[in-house]
Formats: sequence, structure tokens, C-alpha cells
Amino acid sequence: MATTKIPSSTGVSPDAAQDMAGDGMKTVMMPVGVPGYTLRQEPRTMPATQPPVLPINADLKFIGKSPERWDGPAKVSGRARYTADIQLPGMLYAKFVDATVPHAKVISVDTSEAEKVAGVKGVFVIENLLGSAKLLNPSLEVSKYPIVRYAGQPIAAVAATNPQIAEDAAKLVKVKYDVMPFVVDMDQARRADAPMVFPGPANQAGTAGGGGGAADVPQTGNIHGPSVHTRGDIEQGFKDADVVVEEHYTTQVQVHNALESHGVVADWKPDLLTVWASTQGTASVREGLAGFFNLPKSQVRVITEFMGGGFGAKFGPGNPGVVAAALSKQTNAPVRLMLDRKEEQLSVGNRPSSDQTLRIGAKKDGTLTAIHLVSYGTAGCGTGAGCAGPATNMYKYASLRTEESDIFTNAGPATAFRAPGHPQGAFALEQTIDELANRLGMDPLDLRDKIDENSARRVEREIVRNSAIWKSRHATPNVDHGHIKRGVGVGQAVWYRNISMDSAAEVRVHQDGSVEVLSAVQDIGGGLKTVMAQILSEQFGVPPQQVSVKIGDTNYPVGPNSGGSVTTASLTPAVRDAAWNAAQNFLASIAPALGAQPDDLVLANGEVSSKSGKFQPISFRSAAAKMNTSEVSAQARRIPDYDRKAYETYGGVDVAEVEVDMEIGLIRVKRILAVHDCGRPMNPKQTMNQINGGVIQGMSYALYENRLIDSDYGLMVNANLDRYQIAGSREIPQIEVQLIQSYIGQSSTDASGIGEPGGIIGTPAAIANAFYNATGVRIRSLPMTPAVVLAALANTSQQKETA
Amino acid sequence: MNQFVLVDCTTVDGALSQLKDGSVVKAAGVDLLDRMKNGTTTPSRLVNIRNISALRGIHPSPEGVTIGALTTLTEISEHPLLQSHYTILTDACGTVATPHIRNMATLGGNLLQELQCWYFRSEEYECLRKGKEICFAFSGLNQYHAIMDYGTCPSVAPSTSAVALLGLNASVELTSAKRGKRMVAIKDLYVHPDANPTKFTVLEPDELLTAVMIPQPAKGTRSAYQKYGEKQSNDWAIADAGVVLEMDGNVCRKAAIVMGSASPVVRHAPEAEAMLAGKPITEEIARAAGKAAMQGAPLQTAMQGAQPLSMNAYKVQMFPIAIYRTILLAAGQMGRDPSAAS
Repeated sequence: MATTKIPSSTGVSPDAAQDMAGDGMKTVMMPVGVPGYTLRQEPRTMPATQPPVLPINADLKFIGKSPERWDGPAKVSGRARYTADIQLPGMLYAKFVDATVPHAKVISVDTSEAEKVAGVKGVFVIENLLGSAKLLNPSLEVSKYPIVRYAGQPIAAVAATNPQIAEDAAKLVKVKYDVMPFVVDMDQARRADAPMVFPGPANQAGTAGGGGGAADVPQTGNIHGPSVHTRGDIEQGFKDADVVVEEHYTTQVQVHNALESHGVVADWKPDLLTVWASTQGTASVREGLAGFFNLPKSQVRVITEFMGGGFGAKFGPGNPGVVAAALSKQTNAPVRLMLDRKEEQLSVGNRPSSDQTLRIGAKKDGTLTAIHLVSYGTAGCGTGAGCAGPATNMYKYASLRTEESDIFTNAGPATAFRAPGHPQGAFALEQTIDELANRLGMDPLDLRDKIDENSARRVEREIVRNSAIWKSRHATPNVDHGHIKRGVGVGQAVWYRNISMDSAAEVRVHQDGSVEVLSAVQDIGGGLKTVMAQILSEQFGVPPQQVSVKIGDTNYPVGPNSGGSVTTASLTPAVRDAAWNAAQNFLASIAPALGAQPDDLVLANGEVSSKSGKFQPISFRSAAAKMNTSEVSAQARRIPDYDRKAYETYGGVDVAEVEVDMEIGLIRVKRILAVHDCGRPMNPKQTMNQINGGVIQGMSYALYENRLIDSDYGLMVNANLDRYQIAGSREIPQIEVQLIQSYIGQSSTDASGIGEPGGIIGTPAAIANAFYNATGVRIRSLPMTPAVVLAALANTSQQKETA
Repeated sequence: MNQFVLVDCTTVDGALSQLKDGSVVKAAGVDLLDRMKNGTTTPSRLVNIRNISALRGIHPSPEGVTIGALTTLTEISEHPLLQSHYTILTDACGTVATPHIRNMATLGGNLLQELQCWYFRSEEYECLRKGKEICFAFSGLNQYHAIMDYGTCPSVAPSTSAVALLGLNASVELTSAKRGKRMVAIKDLYVHPDANPTKFTVLEPDELLTAVMIPQPAKGTRSAYQKYGEKQSNDWAIADAGVVLEMDGNVCRKAAIVMGSASPVVRHAPEAEAMLAGKPITEEIARAAGKAAMQGAPLQTAMQGAQPLSMNAYKVQMFPIAIYRTILLAAGQMGRDPSAAS
């Protein structure tokens, strides 16, 4: 592989623009590729107003470094105020009344007893439910109240002067049900005689975070689909194949369980509705509330100062948001509504299950001739269980056919969940590719080199190939003797360069030398505030802790909703452009006092200097004192990527080492090597933190997590954090993250997101392939609990995969 | 959680005098608060005994050791004398839940915690153990339920410390204002659901569990406990084994082998114990003992041997392994199992 080291200073200055065509565009050279492997300079054409190209991280002072978290001290000292910490004068506490049955028509909701309780200020009965799929023809169901389609569905809410009164009063709300037959098991729901979750076709729109399913598809009984996509001639593809592998995989429902539950504080005033929300999108909450209550957006303000975790389920106001706002309007008081753990598990989303039959044809040399995926999955009373993303986008193939169907069940509606569809799709795809490699007698990395055209993953596989963990892998499975068997496996991730154009920022410079950046964007925990501060530090030379970062408030310029791993990729160029423009305005503002022309001034390394040497460099702070107004500022909005087409997808390669206790059936993950790219890493430590989290969540999904609903009664039995199993401290393996810099020349920061590609997609498949490497047995069902492992090991009819 | 009155007591007599009008005793509240939050327990009055300092402490004597009921699981698991002479107990207490919970949880509370069956713990399911007709687990989700001796209810014995204390032949001291103190052996503390589905222990409403007495182990005694779950941190046992071996050189004079998560009431495995008595401990005999435990005669019901439910046959595979590895651990022939909870 060619290794091109180039002087990183080239392309730094705007003078490097090679072509000013006079159309307001410029073409400049940008670093592209992976330092140490493929780094080179490539031309990119962009608006002439774009700031100078940033060099690679090695040549920067703040960007690409890992200063401490900007808001770390506030978080660890408890000063940080999360939504549940908001206390307003006269605030009321609200509690939902949740359905206790999985399928029913609500005949009546009697709130009279609850209203009599001292301290109760208002009761609101839901007539317009959010989240679930909606009937295309609503007249098929005539009901004053929403039909109950899952146990735990919110029906009403009580607002009272303290939480205890609200909880007690909520128990006094009498709901009369006309109970209907229900089905919670996906396989039962597929049968022709199964109870119907919806009496006719129904669709669920996604949220700002994605999710939702195909709309224009057939619906038969509870089967919504298939949504069919084809490329090439699939029949010919299988005819051309030398080897065909066909396998069946199933995965469970996973619940988000963010540390901070869903919730809002809503304060309805005549001219302004203010809502503090635990949300991944202040913009989405404003838009949802304005739409629901028919308010102008300018009269809705949403604040998310700190956020305690979101994995895709926190977009828009949701039922908690609209109910709290309605109660606030009704009671003329601020209302707080935070969900409890049980409600978190039941009513605010999940990752759908999957049942996949995957058939792949290949030539002897590994070339893929055909991929055929037939998938079913249940998103409860929602849609969005498709999982064809990896099969469609990871590898090169001659032909493809995917048929994805949702199965409606009487369970809570799914929502977007960290890389929707991809962990389940990759679990099937990456095991099948592993199996194909065995059939072909190829090394699994070599096969992927043959069929994977992504240049960053090629580098990542090279890193894997040279790693100690991969070198320790047995070339053939089931080598170890004794009751502990060790194995190593690999799983790849594919994700997409999603950009939100609703990304803007304002940067202000004050005469006292302080700088601040403002955007409505929220930091859901990835560390965006720190990165924004780093960008200003790079521009103005002040340390990040001295930069003021004000975000999470729709009073500021619009910010992206944090779904699809868009935030860093979308917002940071706007921040940098605003900082650059503010710096230019700043130089213009101080030029008269310095007796210089603005274009003679340079702001670099925290100093203002004169190109012509008119004066000795002065510090940024001293220069600021010479401003001719008390403040200068600039706003910038995200502009489109410079050269989008070449970089639609990216991903990563995860490697797992497991030990399998063959007698107890326990899989222990010993080590994970996660090799990932996300364009320019803006803050490597924070990026690696996110990958650590993704690896852990992926491992937890692979081995432990499982929403369990009793099929006879339709009630979840483990709606708590005691019996809903999540990896704990003892389960966490040694995780090594190898983060490559993968410059793609797309924006003024060249950053990409990492929340979704990092860990959760590739890790489950890597663990499954490691299990095979250890034991010679495949597990095609998640989670891989001792019950599942012992059953798989007992199944002596396992096929031999090697040719 | 419902509203309730909290009565704070600092002496045993004070607490006993408050045990009236349906009062519920609260020690650390680890189990109780869980049940109050999920709505399955709705007491109007709580008697807080956590601040009775007289009930906290580990007191060795020539006869054995007495442990106050409010001694925390951390205090027990970190106690040097208990670690050397009653390893099974420190092993057991040291694997409960999480370090945070062990710092709060008391020995008495661990012994008296209620069933962990998820149907019992859901307010929506009105089950046999709540005085209703149905057990939901037989036809429902029973992957963690009992495989032996379960009769009408296959919930499993929840207390980890009880496994150790049964193996050590311990007794609990129950104290009431009217009747004074009485000693009850651990083997007699728990009520099998077939005998009375709604009474979990012999403790009467006016009684406090005030202490646990463990007799001095015989010379040459070695012991161990291991617990296996889906996770190693903060999980309930799928299979567990408590082993006490009275050794004479390499020969086992007498063995106690106890299982917790096999049956509704913590139980010995007499067939396995008999297999070890009088023999040198080897891997072969330890494995045979583990298998024999699954053939066990019923102690509480008419159920012969392990009879798995629809989803828990894997537990029948796991128990013999848990037992054999723990026998070898107790005998010093195998290290602590990395697959077990720690």
C-alpha cells in the first residue's frame, strides 16, 4: 500500500487557492486519505468565502487534540442542570396513567375521583396519541380515545403539587376498557388467524432521528410489507455463483434505557411556551409542539442545557411533551413530567426484532454474485424493522434483492435506535460472509479486501491484520481443548455521511477579549461543547475553558437534531465558518486603531500581527481592546459538502476475542479491538469514548439485553433494570480503540459522526464470529445467553463450513 | 409508591413494640423499596430498624460466631475470621448484587427478601403467592425458574446467604415482645409454597430476626460458594452451589452441598453429599456428585429429580457443573471459577 507523507502546511493558507474563476468559487488542495497510509492532496471546489483549509491534526493546536471536557467540572460537581433538575416557582408534577392491557378500546376515562384529591390541579386525557403507527383509513376505528395497542400506552396524566399526590391520584383515574384479542409474539402475529393489531393498513412516520418504515407497501393481516429493493439480476447472480450460503438469523428487541429518562418541564405562558426537554433535538421538539398546538415556532422555546443520554428515542416532544404542555396550559402553571423506568421500557421506543433469511452467492475468488435478504421484524405497533442496510451498502455485488416486512404486534412502538437496522443486519451479514470465507477457504480479512471497496476500511483491516489480537486467532475453529475455548472474530460496520443543513452558529467577540459561540444544537453526551470550544480556540488562540459555549436553546441559531450521527459533521463547519468570519470582522474592527488595513492583519496563535511588519505582534486580548464597537459577531450556516459523491458511506472494523465456557455456556468477551474512522477526529479522546460506548452497547445487545413479554397476557415481565439485563462492570472487556484519521475533504472541518458506526454495528457480529472460531459452532440467535449457547453446543448436527 | 408512616427505632424493644397494625419492618430497604416502587407491597406503616446499633456486629465465640441481623453483606464478606473459617458465607455475601448494594444490604434483609419471580414482582400479575389461584410461570416465561421440588410454584429461593447458612447448619434468632427469643434452624426458616403459598418464612408479624448463629465448624472444614448467572456482575443465580467439606487429609468425612436457585426453598443435595462422604475428593467424584444432585429425591414435594420447565432445561446442565467446580474449589483443587459471579 502506498504511503504518501506530504508536508501538511501546504493548503493551509487561502493563498493556496489555485483557481479563482470569478464565480464566487475557489478550488484548493485539501488533505485526503489516512496519514501513514494514503494521505495525499486533492483539489476541492468550494465557495470563495470558505475559510482556509485546515491542515491535518498533527499541525493544529486545539482541533484534533483532546482537551478536558468543557463541561466536565459542571457534570461531576452536580452543577450541571438536567431537565429533572429544573425547578420553577409553582411547578406541578405530572404522572401518566398507563394502559394495563395490551389491546382494547377505551370506553370511558373517569377522572372525577382523581380531581377531588387535594393538591391535584389538572387531569388531561389523551385524544391524540403520538408514536404509534396510524391507520390510513381512520374510519375503520371509531373511538373517542386512542385504541390501546400495547400495555403501558399512556391514556391520561395527572398534575399535582407534588409527585406523591400525582402518583396517588393517577391510580384513581378509572379507565373502562373494551378488551380486544391481542398478539405480542411475532411468529404468532404472522399467522393468518392472528388477532389484528390494526384493522387496516397503517404507517408510522419516522422521527428526526430516523426510524419508521416503508409506507407504500402491501399489508396482509399484521404483515406490513414486503418493501422490495432489487439491483441487477438476482437469478442470474445465483446461477453465476460457485458457492451459495443460506442461513437464518433471529435477533431480539432491545430497549434504549438511557440513563436519563424521557421528560420535560413545560411552562405555558400566553406569548411563549418554554419547554426544558431531555431531547436529541431542540429543533424537533419546537417543531412538534408548534405543530401540535398550532403555535408559531417563534412562540415556542426549547432548552436542553444538559442531556443524560439519547440513543435515538428522544426526538420531538412525544407524548410526555405534548401532555405536559397541555397540562401547563390547562393549569396555568409549569408542569414537570419525567417517565419512570417502567414507562421507559414500555412506551418510548425500542430496537425492533429481526428474523432474517440471508442467501449469498459468490465466485471461487470471493466475488459476490448475489445477495438475497428476506427479513421480518416487529416494531410493535409501529414500523421500521427493516435491516437491509448492511447487505445493501457494505460490499460490492453483482445483484441484490431485499424484501423487508414489519410484523405488527401489541407492543410499544419502535423508534430509531443507534444505527437503526444495522446491528441486526450486520449480525446476519457478517456471519454469512465469515461462513462464506470458510467455504471458500479464504481468510476472512482477505475475502473482505476482495469485496469491500471502502478505502478507510481497507486501512482498518490492515491495522487489524497487524494487531496482536488478530495474530492470536486460530486459523481453524475449535482448536482449544478443555472446557474453556478461545476464539477471535471480526465484524464490519457501514454507516452513512448524513448532513443536516439546519446547522448554524453565531460567534461573538467582545471588547474584553472574551469569545462565545451560540447554537440551538444540543450536546447529547458526545462532547460537542468541547469541540465547539476547540474550534474557537484554534481561531482565536484562547484556551477552550475560556471560550463560552452556549447551546441547547432554540433562541440561538438553528441546530441539527442529533440523529444519524449528523451533529459533529454538520455543525462544526458552521462553527468554524462563523469563527473565521467573526475573526475577519474583528480584524476590520481593530484595523483603524492599529493604523493598518484589515488585509494586512493576521490572527494566528492567539496573536494579531501585521504581514507588512507595521507593528510588533500583540495578544488577541490586547487587540480586542482596540475594537471600535463593544462586540463583533458573525453567523454561519452549513454549506453542502464539497464533493459528496465519493464519500457516501464509511464504517469500521471490530474484532472480538471471546472465551467460551463449554460446560456452563457462558461467553466472556475478553478483548475488543475497534478500528474506526470518522473523517477528521475533532477530539480523539471523546471520539474514542463514544466508540467505547458503542462497543459496550453492542456487546450488551449481543449477550444480555432482551425485552420479554408474556405472550399469554401481553405484559412485559422485565420492565426494570434488574431483570432487563445490561452489561455491568464485570462484563466490560479490555477495549482498544484504534481511531484513524480519514481525511475526505468535505467541509471546513472535515469531521464525520461516530455515534452509530462506532461499535454497535460490528461488535455483535464480531462476537458471534469469535464464538464460531472458538467452538466450530454457529450461533444465529441473539442474545447469546447460556441457554442459547448450551442449546447450540448440544446441536451436533452443525454443518461443517470448511470446504 | 404509596404514602406511608415511617417509625424510626433505635432499640430492639422499641422496634418490637411498634410491630402492630400491619407494620412492615425496614432494615436497609433494598428489597422492600423495590417492591414498594413496583407496587407489589403497599404498607401504610414502616418500622425502620436500620439504626438499631445493637443488631450490627460479628461476634466470634468458642461455640461459633453470632452475626447481628443488621450486619452488612460487605462487613461479612470482608471479615478475616469469616473468610478463613466460614468461606462459604463470605463467598456468598461477596457475590450478591453490586458493591453499592452490599454496602447497604443486611444479612437479615438478605435472608428475608421476598421472591424474585418476575410475575410475583409485577403488580399486574395476581399470582398464587399473592393469595390468588394462578401461577403464571408454568406456561409463561420461566427461563430462570426452578427445576426441582417446586410443586405449585417454581419460583426459586432468592437468598444467596441462605445457601451458605444452610450449608453451615446455622440458626436464626427470632425475637418477639410477648414470647421472647426462639431459635430456628435455617432449614426450618422457609415455608415451601405447597405448605402455604403466601407465607414465605416462619417469622411471625410480631417477630424480628435479630441474629444469626453459626456453630463452630469441625476440624478440617473447608468451604466455598459459587454463583453462575448470565452476567458476572449484578445478576441473580441461574445455578449456584454451596459446599462445606469436613476433610481428614484428602478424605472427605462429611459434606454439605446446597443449592439455592434450583427450587423454591434452599435445599441440600443429599445424594451428592452421600457420594462424597468417606472418599477422597477427585474431579471424577465431584462430577458424579454434581450429576447425582440432579437425581435428588424430593424434600418438600413428590417431585423426583430435576424436572425442567419449558424454558429452563439448560439449568439442569449448569447445576452439576456449578457443584463439581465448587467442590473442587472448596477442596483446594481448583481455583475460583472465572465463569462464576465475582
